[in-house]
Amino acid sequence: MKALMSGNEAIARGAYEAGARFASAYPGTPSTEILENMARYQEIRSQWSVNEKTALEAALGASLGGARALCAMKHVGLNVAADPLFSSSYTGVNAGLVIVTADDPGCHSSQNEQDNRYYARAAKLPLIEPSDSQEALDFTRMAFELSEEYDTPVLLRVTTRIAHGKSPVATGSRTEATAPAYERTMAKHVLVPAVARPRHAAVEERLARLQAYAESSPMNRIEWGSRELGIISSGVAYQYAREVLGDNASYLKLGMSYPFADALVRSFISQVEQVIVIEELEPFLEQAVRALGMGSERSIDGKSLIPRTGELDALTVALSLAPVLSAAKRGPADLSAPGRQVEQVVGRPPMFCAGCPHRGVFYELGKLPVMVSGDIGCYALGAMPPFSAMDTCIDMGASITAGLGFQTALDILRPDKPTRTIAVIGDSTFFHSGMTGLLDAAYNDVGVITIILDNRITAMTGHQENPGSGFTLSGAPAREAQLEAMVRAIGIEMIQTVDPFDLAQVREAIASAMSNPGPSVIIARGPCALLKRLAVRRPAYHVDQDICRRCKACLRVACPALYVEGGNVQIDAETCVGCGICSQVCRFGSIRQAGVAKDGDE
Amino acid sequence: MSETTNVMLVGVGGQGTILASRVLAQLLLDAGFDVKMSEVHGMAQRGGSVTTHVRFGRRVAAPTISPGQAHFVLAFECMEAARYAHYLKVDGVIVANTRRIPSLPILIGHEAYPDDIENRLATRGIDAHWLDASGIAADLGNVRVENTVLLGAFSSLVAFPEDAWAQALRTVIPAKHIELNLAAFAAGRRLTQQ
Repeated sequence: MKALMSGNEAIARGAYEAGARFASAYPGTPSTEILENMARYQEIRSQWSVNEKTALEAALGASLGGARALCAMKHVGLNVAADPLFSSSYTGVNAGLVIVTADDPGCHSSQNEQDNRYYARAAKLPLIEPSDSQEALDFTRMAFELSEEYDTPVLLRVTTRIAHGKSPVATGSRTEATAPAYERTMAKHVLVPAVARPRHAAVEERLARLQAYAESSPMNRIEWGSRELGIISSGVAYQYAREVLGDNASYLKLGMSYPFADALVRSFISQVEQVIVIEELEPFLEQAVRALGMGSERSIDGKSLIPRTGELDALTVALSLAPVLSAAKRGPADLSAPGRQVEQVVGRPPMFCAGCPHRGVFYELGKLPVMVSGDIGCYALGAMPPFSAMDTCIDMGASITAGLGFQTALDILRPDKPTRTIAVIGDSTFFHSGMTGLLDAAYNDVGVITIILDNRITAMTGHQENPGSGFTLSGAPAREAQLEAMVRAIGIEMIQTVDPFDLAQVREAIASAMSNPGPSVIIARGPCALLKRLAVRRPAYHVDQDICRRCKACLRVACPALYVEGGNVQIDAETCVGCGICSQVCRFGSIRQAGVAKDGDE
Repeated sequence: MSETTNVMLVGVGGQGTILASRVLAQLLLDAGFDVKMSEVHGMAQRGGSVTTHVRFGRRVAAPTISPGQAHFVLAFECMEAARYAHYLKVDGVIVANTRRIPSLPILIGHEAYPDDIENRLATRGIDAHWLDASGIAADLGNVRVENTVLLGAFSSLVAFPEDAWAQALRTVIPAKHIELNLAAFAAGRRLTQQ
C-alpha cells in the first residue's frame, strides 16, 4: 500500500532508507518539513542549526567523519551556505553528503525567486531534480550512492510544488551504510592554496566522469510519444508539460540536470521534429541545449515562449505553447477554453494573529518619525497597513546591518537633523545572523537601535525550536541562549527588556533609546500567541458601548478579534485572547476585560 | 485532463482546509486512484487566504489545478467562494459555507464585507450549494468541525460509499475527535442528499 507523502517527507524517508546518520537545517519555507520528518527517525541525529552556513558545515563535517549526512535549506539559505558549498566541492566527501535546496518560484514565502540550479554549475556539483514524491525518495537514495561513488556532495533541488505537493509513495527499508573509516587526508581536506590548486583539477576531472554517468543515469529518461514534438524538461515543469501535451509529444525528462547529458540530449533532439524546453524560472536547461548547436536543423524554443518569472501551471504552459503548436499537436487538455472572469472581492492578506506580541511594537513604531529597518519573519507584516511601519526588508539579519548603514548615511548627510534608525529582528533571526551585525554596530559605535522581538520560537515557518527556546528539534531540553548576556558581551551598554503587551513600557523604552546617541538594544519579550506551552489566554475584552465614542482608534491595532457591526466596534470573544493592546489604545476606557473592574467601577 | 478530477478547497488560514483535504486524499488513495495534493505553507497561514488542490484519476501529472479546470470548489468562507470561482469548470459545482470572516482591509475599516456574494455567483449561473457549516458545527459542539460538515455536504456529490468516507476520517482524524467529526460529516451529507 502506497502512502501519500509530501516531497519533503519523501526526501526524509529516502535519507533514512539510505542509512543517513546526521541531518541539519535552518528552517525555511518550503524546506522546513524535511528536518521535522528526519527527527522522527531515531537512527538519525537531526538538529536545527543556527543558520544554513553552520548547518552545511556541520553536515560536511559529519560526512568527513564517516556518517551519511543531509543538509536542507530554502533557496536563499543556500546563499548563506554558499561559502561551505563551494569548499565542499573541493574537499569532497567521506560518507555521502546530500544538500537539499528548496526553491520557491512564485515567492509564496520568500523575498526572491532565484533559480538555485546555477549553484550546481558554479560549484561544479551534480544536480538532481525530482518531479514527484516517489522520485524525491528514490533520487535521495541514489544521491547518497552517487555522492560516495564520485566523492562529491550532491545538490538535490526541489521547488514549492514538489516539496509541499503530496503524491503516492512506495517506501523501502533502511540499509545501514558502512561508515568509511576516517583518515587524515590533508591533501583533500585542508584547503590552503597548495591543496586547493590540485583539487580544482580533481573537481574538473570528477565533473567529466559525472557527465559520462549522466548519459546513462536512470534518473534521465525518454518517454516516447509523437515524434513531431520533443519536450526537454525537469522537475515540476515536466508534470505541467505532460498535463498539457499527453502523448502528443515525446519527453526527455532530466532527473539529473547537471552535468548535462550532452549525447543523450543530442540523440533525443535528432529523433524529433521540433524541440521545446519547458522549465520554470531561468533557461538553465535551454542554455545547455542551445550550446549543442542543433538549432539550425530544427526549431528549438524555450524562454521565448515560457515565462521566466513566476510559477508555472498547466494553463500557463498551454497558453505559452499555443502560438507554435498546430491544433493536431495540442494535447488532450482543454485548457485554453475561455474561463470565467475573476470575481473582484476584498483582499485577504495575512495579518498579525490575535494576541501577537509584535502588534504593540509596530503600533508604536508607526507613530514615530524614524527609519525602521525590517527583517525576515512574521514581523515583516509590520509593513502592512494600518501599521506601515517598515522601510526595508532585505534578508536574514539585514535589519541591524542595513540599519547601521542607513544610520551612518543619516549621520553624514543630515547632522543638523538627527534622525534615528530602528532595526527590528526576531529571536531566531538574531541568532541566525543578527548577532554579527550587532557586533558590527557596537564595534563601530553606530547608533542604530535594535529591537529584538523575542517571541520564544521560530514562528513564521511553523514553530521550530531555536537556541533561545530551551528545546532541541527532537524536543529534548536544551541550553537556553541568554539574549541580554549575549548583547552585553557584544558591547552594548544600554539594554532594556520590555513586555511587548505593555504599550507604555514599549513607548518609554524607545524614547530612552532615542535619547542615547549610541547603539542600544530593546528586548521585547513575549511569547508567540500560537505557542501553546507559553502563551497565556486571559479573559476576553469587550467594548462598553455606553462609553465608546466610536472613534475607531482601536481598529488601528488591526486585530482579527475586532470588527465593526452596525457602526459599533465589537470584540469576538472566541478570537480574543485578552492581550489588552486594544484597551490601551482606547482613550476613553471603553474596552474592558470580563471579570476585571475598572477603577471606580463596582 | 478529462480523466482527472479536480477538487479545490479554499478558506481562511486556521479553518482546517488542509485537514479536510487530507481526509479526501486518503479516501481517494484507499479507492486506488493516483492522487496529487498541493498546498502552500508559511506566511499564508496568518489569517490569509489559503487553498489546497486535490487531483485524482488514473494517472495525475500536474500537482495544481488551473483556472477553469475545477470540477468542485469547496469554499470554507463566503468571500473565498467568490475569490476562487473562476477556477471552476463551466459545469463545475461549488459547495460553500455561508460564514463570513472579515479580512484585514475590512477589520481596519478600509473596506466593507460584500453582501451580495451569493447573488453574484447565482447571476453567473454557477451551480452552488450554500450551507451554514459553521452553524451546524457549533450546534454539534465545536465550530472547528465546520470543515468536516462541508466535506459531508460535498460527499453526496461524488460516488464514494459512506463507509469509505468514514474509513478515511478514522485514518486521518485523531481518535479523541472522531465521533464529533463523524457526526459533523453525517450532518453535512444530509444537507445535499435530498
